[in-house]
Amino acid sequence: MRVDETTVRRIARLARIKISDEDAKSLEGELSGILDWAEELNGADTTTVEPMTRVVPIELKKRVDEITDGNIADDIVKNAPMVEDHYFVVPKVVE
Amino acid sequence: MTDLTKLTIAEARDKLRKKEVSATELTQAFIDAIEVANPQLNAYVRTTPELALKQAEESDRRLKSGDARPLEGLPLGNKDLFCTKDVETTACSKILEGFTPTYESTVGSNLWNAGAVMLGKLNCDEFAMGSSNETSAYGPVVSPWRRAGADGQLTSENLVPGGSSGGSSAAVAADLCLGATATDTGGSIRQPAALTGTVGIKPTYGRCSRWGIVAFASSLDQAGPLAKTVRDAAIMLRSMASHDPKDSTSVETPVPDYELALAQGVKGLRVGVPKEYRVEGMSPDIERLWQEGIEWLKAAGATIHEVSLPHTKFALPTYYVVAPAEASSNLARYDGVRYGLRVEGKDLIDMYENSRAAGFGKEVQRRVLIGTYVLSAGYYDAYYLKAQKVRTLIKRDFDDAWQSVDVLLTPTTPTPAFKIGEKLDDPMAMYAQDIFTVTVNMAGLPGISVPAGISVDGLPLGLQLIGKPFDEATLFRAAQVIEDAAGHFKVPQRWWETAR
Repeated sequence: MRVDETTVRRIARLARIKISDEDAKSLEGELSGILDWAEELNGADTTTVEPMTRVVPIELKKRVDEITDGNIADDIVKNAPMVEDHYFVVPKVVE
Repeated sequence: MTDLTKLTIAEARDKLRKKEVSATELTQAFIDAIEVANPQLNAYVRTTPELALKQAEESDRRLKSGDARPLEGLPLGNKDLFCTKDVETTACSKILEGFTPTYESTVGSNLWNAGAVMLGKLNCDEFAMGSSNETSAYGPVVSPWRRAGADGQLTSENLVPGGSSGGSSAAVAADLCLGATATDTGGSIRQPAALTGTVGIKPTYGRCSRWGIVAFASSLDQAGPLAKTVRDAAIMLRSMASHDPKDSTSVETPVPDYELALAQGVKGLRVGVPKEYRVEGMSPDIERLWQEGIEWLKAAGATIHEVSLPHTKFALPTYYVVAPAEASSNLARYDGVRYGLRVEGKDLIDMYENSRAAGFGKEVQRRVLIGTYVLSAGYYDAYYLKAQKVRTLIKRDFDDAWQSVDVLLTPTTPTPAFKIGEKLDDPMAMYAQDIFTVTVNMAGLPGISVPAGISVDGLPLGLQLIGKPFDEATLFRAAQVIEDAAGHFKVPQRWWETAR
């Protein structure tokens, strides 16, 4: 699978990572190499195989839907780079 | 006075109980050793001597009053992937610099509630992505092991301690803690154990809670111990494992006393040797060692059977689709808003992109991009879904093998430790380090690496035992037989003490 520069840029945008022109060039080759490798999977016949969802065959546990936690706003914003009262502050998104 | 740092967990436990040494003395001995070694080995990214001495004081009080807990007063290191309350936790990434959790991981809580003492946070590959501990934002860990030259003297070349739990393996091998926590997504406990002459077990998926551990690939990640001996690993795992309502994948099954299994031997145990694990590029040392392992188990009464795991050749490509896919999803949370690094931009998206570009290292970016690609519209079925189907086949291979054998014996790695820098610019060569270990994560099985020999140039080598789900006890039994036959492999010289 040949990944071109346009694809690298599209993927980087989806991943929200800014990449330099230089990075885009070297990533072209690196990503192509890894994806070529993944193409080897086509050698496995999976026509009647279900995709794996979990390795241990147990039913996912459920609990009663009730409030068990709370009133820890201080803890939640403690590590945020920018906070006002108990709000996370982000650049303006609506005019 | 003997060097307290050379003790095993089992020996230290005895000495503490007999009051031959206090927890404070023991802890201080490690604090002193770390101070000398760490500038050279870089195993710890953060030490917590005050906290350690406070915990040790409490341990001494309890040892005195006779209400000692299972790990009372035993100083351990904690991989920086485990969140620690009020102690900075970064997963060795710039993007989490300064992050100080307000909670403790469940595995950590289990250890400290059992009386263990935390010496500090151990270096690892960034977000546990790597096989050499070179992707850490804090720089590489230097292995305490060095090659022996033709003259028999140690060479001065720095080697990797394996990864991602390279700080854990180096610290245990260099006697900078009695044992350490580690995590394993594709081999990150077992490969570093093999490269440093230490014992590492990745338990069955679901055995240890993942709560409070920085997530890499959630369907593959498991915590486990790195220790000096099989017995020590058994002691640690018993306390680390638990059912945890906060991790829905943690399993509600009793945790046995693994120490009791150690003396049971392997008489009548059926050991499988998978023929597909004889790969090209495997070092002759490893070939020889594998054969030796077979002979040791046979001599102890086990029977040996060749088995086939036909989908082994697909394990690495499957892993390098599934793991990056899950990683790209897990790492989406690092956006410069709720925690970690923030680099401002002209708008919100620009701020995200700047923060993630500055905060993630090269290997992490590479994997997030691969993961994003294989999950993106139009490629999801061809890559991700296909890989999850092949994963079913890989697991089925093991299910079939369990019809005729109880445990599998393989090498842990294809080669001994390599030079720092040797594989850093060649991701595919680095990924090949995990060729014998990834299948175990794909199938959720337990696997242990036990030191079994020394390469021609004086470096430790490991053998891997793979077990049935939740049958860690059998792994400990068989590993004990190998350890008894092979002996222990200690770093021949503490060169970092004289190099100052």
